[in-house]
Amino acid sequence: MLLLGKGRDSLVRQVALGVSVVTFLASLFLWTGFDATSADFQFVERYTWLPAFGISYHIGLDGITLWLVILTTFLTPIALLCSWESVTDRVREFSFFMLLLEAAMIGVFVSLDLFLFYLFWDAMLIPMYFLIGIWGYEQRIYAAIKFMLYTMAGSVLMLLAIIWVAYYHQSAVGVISFDLLDLYALDIPASLQTWLFLAFALAFAIKVPVFPFHTWLPDAHVQAPTAGSVILAGVLLKMGTYGLLRFAFPLFPDAAMQFAPYLAILAVIGIVYGALVAMVQPDMKKLVAYSSVSHLGFVVLGICAMNVIGVQGAVYQMLAHGVSTGGLFLIVGMLSDRRHTKLIAEYGGLKAVMPKLVAMFLLITLASIALPGMNGFVGEFMIFVGSFREAAWLTAIAATGVILSAVYMLWLFQRVNYGPLTNPKNKGLRDLSVREWIVIAPIVAMCIIMGVFPNIFLKPMEPAVKRAVEYVRGAAPVNAEMSSEAISAPGSSEIASELISDSAPQALPGGAR
Amino acid sequence: MNMADFSSIAPILMVSLAACATMLAEAFRKQDDRAAGVWFGVFGLIGLAGAIVTSIFSHWNHSMLGFGVISIDNFTVFFNVMLCAIGILTILLSIGNAERDHLPSGEYYTLMLFAIAGMMMMASTTDLLVIFIALEVMSLGVYVMTAIKRSSAEGVEAGFKYFVLGAFSSAFFLYGIAMAYAVSGTTKLDEIGMRIASSSLDPSILLILSMVLLIVGFAFKVGAVPFHMWVPDAYQGAPTLVTGFMSTGVKVAAMAAFVRVFLSAFEPLRIEWIPILSVIAALTMILGTVVGVAQTSVKRMLAYSSVAHAGYLLVGLVAASTAGKAAILFYLVAYSVTNLGAFGVLAALTSGDRPHDDVRDFAGMWKERPGLSALLTVFLLSLGGFPPMVGFIGKWYIFNAAIQEGMYTLAILGVLTSVVSVFFYLRVVVMMYMSDETAPEHRPAVSAVTTAGLLLALIAVIYLGVLPGGLLSIAADSVASIF
Repeated sequence: MLLLGKGRDSLVRQVALGVSVVTFLASLFLWTGFDATSADFQFVERYTWLPAFGISYHIGLDGITLWLVILTTFLTPIALLCSWESVTDRVREFSFFMLLLEAAMIGVFVSLDLFLFYLFWDAMLIPMYFLIGIWGYEQRIYAAIKFMLYTMAGSVLMLLAIIWVAYYHQSAVGVISFDLLDLYALDIPASLQTWLFLAFALAFAIKVPVFPFHTWLPDAHVQAPTAGSVILAGVLLKMGTYGLLRFAFPLFPDAAMQFAPYLAILAVIGIVYGALVAMVQPDMKKLVAYSSVSHLGFVVLGICAMNVIGVQGAVYQMLAHGVSTGGLFLIVGMLSDRRHTKLIAEYGGLKAVMPKLVAMFLLITLASIALPGMNGFVGEFMIFVGSFREAAWLTAIAATGVILSAVYMLWLFQRVNYGPLTNPKNKGLRDLSVREWIVIAPIVAMCIIMGVFPNIFLKPMEPAVKRAVEYVRGAAPVNAEMSSEAISAPGSSEIASELISDSAPQALPGGAR
Repeated sequence: MNMADFSSIAPILMVSLAACATMLAEAFRKQDDRAAGVWFGVFGLIGLAGAIVTSIFSHWNHSMLGFGVISIDNFTVFFNVMLCAIGILTILLSIGNAERDHLPSGEYYTLMLFAIAGMMMMASTTDLLVIFIALEVMSLGVYVMTAIKRSSAEGVEAGFKYFVLGAFSSAFFLYGIAMAYAVSGTTKLDEIGMRIASSSLDPSILLILSMVLLIVGFAFKVGAVPFHMWVPDAYQGAPTLVTGFMSTGVKVAAMAAFVRVFLSAFEPLRIEWIPILSVIAALTMILGTVVGVAQTSVKRMLAYSSVAHAGYLLVGLVAASTAGKAAILFYLVAYSVTNLGAFGVLAALTSGDRPHDDVRDFAGMWKERPGLSALLTVFLLSLGGFPPMVGFIGKWYIFNAAIQEGMYTLAILGVLTSVVSVFFYLRVVVMMYMSDETAPEHRPAVSAVTTAGLLLALIAVIYLGVLPGGLLSIAADSVASIF
């Protein structure tokens, strides 16, 4: 990418977009070739890399990562396309960092070797740091450094824990190994698990971010360029929850079950706190950023429930949130491209000038507040079903987050789009261009598809989720009677789909509007 | 004297001969011969390349002992090759830049080559007295190189400070040798080790004192707290090229001797020196990074960063399991190639009398010098320990060893300080890429040779970061042969 000459920005853009679209299509082939009935890792590639340390280039997909990879490849071309006009400075470098970021994100999701995973995890920070720092808004440098230091501070302790586990494998089995599947088989004494779990959980909790580690997020989001926000909210935050699910919980099941209630409490605090803070934000991007804190709280809650339906809901919510929050950031980006401000007070009555954009805005808003028939509903509903079994009171409190999210999102929508067109600067704003249609249409389409046909997505991930839950529940003595019930629960996707089919007809007119 | 004696010192001889050739050529050159600097560099390159070839092809896996004090083993070969490679890289970065910086090129190359010869001797000898001689050969060269720019008041001041403090530390070192001799009756490392091991369980006060004094001497040379005071002044005052050379060469050679002395002669006293070195390592990491954050001069910042890196190296020494020893070797390679690259970029930016050193001088540099900015970014990120650069593998290897030995406190301190260090490395990156202002700086053009040197460093940084396996096993082989 850097080899392309200077001053040929449009060519650079086209090449970058082409590469990312081809990557997306390639990832769809992964889906069509994926065996949805198997819980095993598929498309596995394995090459020894540092044999003396049991480190190998070991990658593969299961039903969970399949969707996360597709989410990544789906959002990257959209992010590139949405910055077609807003990023005019140093296009070459921008495209370079975006593609580098995509590669690192996919690497994080497919790594089955802890060393490889950490490598991608850390390497991912560099392009994101530059994206925020170079193409961001006024306070970008502060935000970029805060993002970098926060995330690193969490992850270095995880590195030590990773090394420790590898050596524990050496003392227990005889050979050192960083391979995830080898380490799953380890039986680490519960007393030691505590520290290891905390080291891992801290890294992931900062990334998610779980309250009270969330303070970097609003800064990073507000200052990042639109493309950066889309990727940050859409994919990067999911790495934290993915990490909890793939690494922290199954590797240290005893400690995980011991700490899950506390983590769930933090998650619920995050849900309510994020929603309340979002309500009073004068800045649209900040509002959406805090809504992410709130929504990811649901995901963490679902993971902490650690039963099939809860975890499946959590993964579904990760995907849904990636799509709909990505969409919200795109809309905010489009508005601020036109008016160069993100303050809600500057807008009002946009419905009169740009009806198409407002219609899209409405659909994504509805998806974000989990209206039945939209993607947000499926995940949140399943999470509640899952967590209700474990902690009814917490779930009840968390459910207020849904109401609050309706309040702040609809209020935002109302203030921006309805009412009289008071601000004269908003007159004559142009509606969606063809390019913007291409950007926003797939997102809206996905919001509806995911809401109406959740089984497309739920079926392939079910075996993998079941296996993850078995790893954690099977090894942990606590709640043993609970686990057998949870695992033998009838295919949770069927419950969900029944519910969806009831509500789908009402939502469809919304889609046709 | 037989063939083995000569063969064992052949690499050192080659470098010394190159130094002599440079000196002679300087004496006979015409006053206005502008191209002379290039020729001096070429002499040096030939000598160093010859030394590398000899080391690799006739010394690797061929242990021998020359004159009873120069031990050729894989450890020596590793260090000889690394030191010569540092020399080659420094010369590539110097050709053209040294003249532009008004350094007297004849003396510059001569002293550098003699210093390298001293370093090689220091890495290969098994006798405390010879270590001292080698240390002095190396140090004298580097003292003068620090002050080689006579027109620069800071340079002369830095050289003087470095010399006075260095002489002090040499005296400590010599006292340490004397006491070791007093206790054991020999200066040979293996014999000292045997005497200590065979003597009573309670080591005498004199022996402990000797050990502490030797630690002081070595800690001074590697720039460990609390003997680091000279580092920032000397690094900042010296011409940038010299800083790059001494921040790598001196540290590598001193670390080689440090490892050899403490893992052979003083190995039986491990229980005594592990706490001392642990404290030093912890303080060094903390002070290097914390004070580094406050610096506005990039050279000074890199000086504190090199103090911090000395701390990581000491963690490796404290955790000197087999992996720990190899980790030190790997880390030295990683650190040297990265640091040389970073100083090489700085040197390429220095023009005449105006040092390109303040953080603000880097503002908006990417516009004018995109290539150099990208290079410096890669080197700084590698120093900060980011994958996929070699700095990450180096740090990972060190912490690996520390955890294997159960030294969790040091490992945690190490990773946390490296997060702090990222902050100051990124400050330069922020300035280059994200600052709105642009320094009204005239930055000189970069010669082809310098570009080649920088690219070489870049390739090494990335290659060893992605495929470290080869070097890791070589490092493991190097320590396996002797310890």
